[in-house]
Amino acid sequence: MRRLALGIGLVIVLTAPAWVWNPYHLHTLIMAGIFAVLALSLNLLLGYTGQLSLGHAAFFGIGAYATALLSVKLEWSPWLGLLAAIVLPGVAGYVIGRLALKLRGAYFVLLTISFAGCVSLVSVNWMDLTNGPLGIPGVPPVEIALPGLAAWSLRTKSAYYYLVLAAVILAYLLCLALIRSRVGRALVALRENETLAASVGIDATHYLVLAAVASAAMAGFAGGLYAHYTRFVSPEVFLFTYTVTMVIMVVAGGKGTLAGPVVGAVLFTVLPEALRELTSYQWQMLLYGVLLIAVLFFMPEGIVPGLRRRWRPS
Amino acid sequence: MDQLLQHLLNGLLLGATYSLLGIGLTLVFGLMNVVNFAHGEFYTFGAYAAFAALALASVHFFLAIPLAIVAGALAGAVCERVLLRPLRGQSIDTVMLVMIGLWIAMQNAELLGWGGVAKSVPTPFPTQPVVLGAVSVAPLRIFVFVVSGLLILGAHLLLSRTKLGRAMRATFQDRETAALMGVSIERIHTITFAFGAGLAAAAGALLGPVFLLYPSMGDLASLKAFSVVILGGLGNFGGAALGGLVLGIAEELGAGYISSGYRDAVGFLMIVAVLLLRPSGLFARAERVG
Amino acid sequence: MTLEARDLTVRFGGVAALTGVSFAVAPGTVTSLIGPNGAGKTTAFNVITGFQRPTQGTVHHDGLAITGWRPHRIAARGLVRTFQKTSLFPGLTVRENVLTGLHLRGRVGVTAALLARGRVRDEERQLGVEADRVMDFVGLGTRRGEAAAALSYGEQRLLELAVGLAAGPRLLLLDEPASGMTASEKMAVAALIGRIREHGITVFLVEHDMRLVMGISDRVLVLNYGRLIADGDPATVQRDPEVIRAYLGAGAHAHP
Repeated sequence: MRRLALGIGLVIVLTAPAWVWNPYHLHTLIMAGIFAVLALSLNLLLGYTGQLSLGHAAFFGIGAYATALLSVKLEWSPWLGLLAAIVLPGVAGYVIGRLALKLRGAYFVLLTISFAGCVSLVSVNWMDLTNGPLGIPGVPPVEIALPGLAAWSLRTKSAYYYLVLAAVILAYLLCLALIRSRVGRALVALRENETLAASVGIDATHYLVLAAVASAAMAGFAGGLYAHYTRFVSPEVFLFTYTVTMVIMVVAGGKGTLAGPVVGAVLFTVLPEALRELTSYQWQMLLYGVLLIAVLFFMPEGIVPGLRRRWRPS
Repeated sequence: MDQLLQHLLNGLLLGATYSLLGIGLTLVFGLMNVVNFAHGEFYTFGAYAAFAALALASVHFFLAIPLAIVAGALAGAVCERVLLRPLRGQSIDTVMLVMIGLWIAMQNAELLGWGGVAKSVPTPFPTQPVVLGAVSVAPLRIFVFVVSGLLILGAHLLLSRTKLGRAMRATFQDRETAALMGVSIERIHTITFAFGAGLAAAAGALLGPVFLLYPSMGDLASLKAFSVVILGGLGNFGGAALGGLVLGIAEELGAGYISSGYRDAVGFLMIVAVLLLRPSGLFARAERVG
Repeated sequence: MTLEARDLTVRFGGVAALTGVSFAVAPGTVTSLIGPNGAGKTTAFNVITGFQRPTQGTVHHDGLAITGWRPHRIAARGLVRTFQKTSLFPGLTVRENVLTGLHLRGRVGVTAALLARGRVRDEERQLGVEADRVMDFVGLGTRRGEAAAALSYGEQRLLELAVGLAAGPRLLLLDEPASGMTASEKMAVAALIGRIREHGITVFLVEHDMRLVMGISDRVLVLNYGRLIADGDPATVQRDPEVIRAYLGAGAHAHP
């Protein structure tokens, strides 16, 4: 029964551009996909090691700027730009992870906020590099160039939809592979009882750095996808609202699961669009705040685990 | 040299308000173990409350400030009662996330209520700066400094000399004994949080007229408050008082000699530096880790 | 000597938790560390396993100085400890707890996890077999799928032991493994410790229950106010006047 449902779901997802007539709705799905990758990345840290990063928008932004700058100013291929969007934030994640060392809980959060704040200030003030508040327009679209055939520029929404879908599936499988192994167990051990983990030989720093790097690289990748989709990057990518939205997606969707962040991402991208006609942006954000509190009070494990419990006889 | 003196003075004047912000947070974070990411929102609340009293109710400036403090304290009490009390016993991470939710909700409520356009607060002070030898100061800033100082002194006296203050300190040192001695733990928690919120609201009401009011003003205030708390050591009143001054001066020096665009980065960098080098705070005695 | 502590001193604030403590633990034996409450037993454990730095003194394991090493490195050398307060991975099942304890027995890192799924599958299967073996050894074989938090107190202490054993220790340090247990549970723990010794694992334990201690130990060390006041076989230690004074003076005697 479950397989049938999954199969149908897969068909629906794979053929979406064919039957989603409104291009704006397709745009929403693409954004949902980008956010799904972002949410999965935050979940690696929050859901599995238990540490919260409120600076993830910084990794997203660094990725976006990296690929924008490389493909616009140096005219590199967008694929190399995307690679940079993975590597550069990854390095930043490494630095944060190593710096954090013994910092846990609120102190780790404060470190990530401070880091994000500094990066954001740099993007606004270092005009020579980033063009400041004006941003970087004209980011080229991703091109697929196979030998012998003409280069296929992914300008259309349908084409980009498949790119993003592939990215989501890749990110999901990567997380799955990590979690279903000794590495994943070590990460969870850090969340559950770090002292006990150390006593059985788990190196907390090593695994936290690992999670930080993977998490940052994935967030950066989402940023790169975003840059080549919207074709414009400005300091707005560092807006705290992106971080807030990510946190809601992970917490409400279900941290510590893999389906949770994806469900959360889709829900909290589609929902605001649906409500856009009815309410303004501020009401939406206000609702997010209230919703976060409500979820933590009444369904702290999140939607996906909550539903799973109801569907599975105990 | 004159420049330096001016910067130092500006930093000192501003820093006193940072101390006020930080003291409120260090009590809540240090004593109640609540990571109050919404602290800056009470700052904003106080600023807008004073504005409302002045602009809408035509209350006198000197009355608007205490009104804002009371309003902030009440808001804090309500939040503690509704959000924190039911969560007592939950992990610190859950409480932290709830406070983040409160942060988002409060800020956007302000946005909805007041709109995103920055507002300026009228004050009864002349705008002409007072010249004292080599330095000049706006009368408003002197007022802000004096009131901040008085409030800090008042808070210190309340904590160290009154029965309430003793009860607060007792509760957070040893709950069970305090309860046995007849202290109402629930009430102390509410009062402490309200106290912290009131001090934040005071800082907002005082700084509102100095800068402009806008709904997201609390974000930086929160961070600077945390910066002060980390500088001074968790739960350390005197440390927070000193830390506020240090932050204010550092900011002014940074803005003056390096770049004004990166002014707010000073707070961030301080957080990073202290967390990495001396996590217990600059003014705390070296403690045993673990 | 498997474990050698030389002149261990731990001072913080104005308190000396340990002063000049020196002892050696022989391989393949069961050595017990006893003493009145607050004598410094857990501090000694913390120092040996890296959870605390000594102010002075050294710890050697098989001749190698391990003083001040971080806990996970010490564990990798085969010194594994359990904790006084029940310490588990609460959100995981019994099996997952033990699998986590088997961390050191695995090799898979990030690269393998992402690129060599075959190796991951093999390792998971191997570790699964090991986990079952450990769970059966301590007697939790029937409770595999239970959430750790759902176990009874006695079962949780057994699980703690299982997790520690899973890490493949050559020297197992048990911090009050029998505290809070019923008489029959204590006998089971004693038997278990005996079987662990039979497997060639050296055991070093802290305990309050005198009958348990005297019954299974080859060697007994006695701490009082941070100093070592006796070091010998159970019979000798029991008759030592200073030991008797320490216990009777403190008002404590053999627990029921």
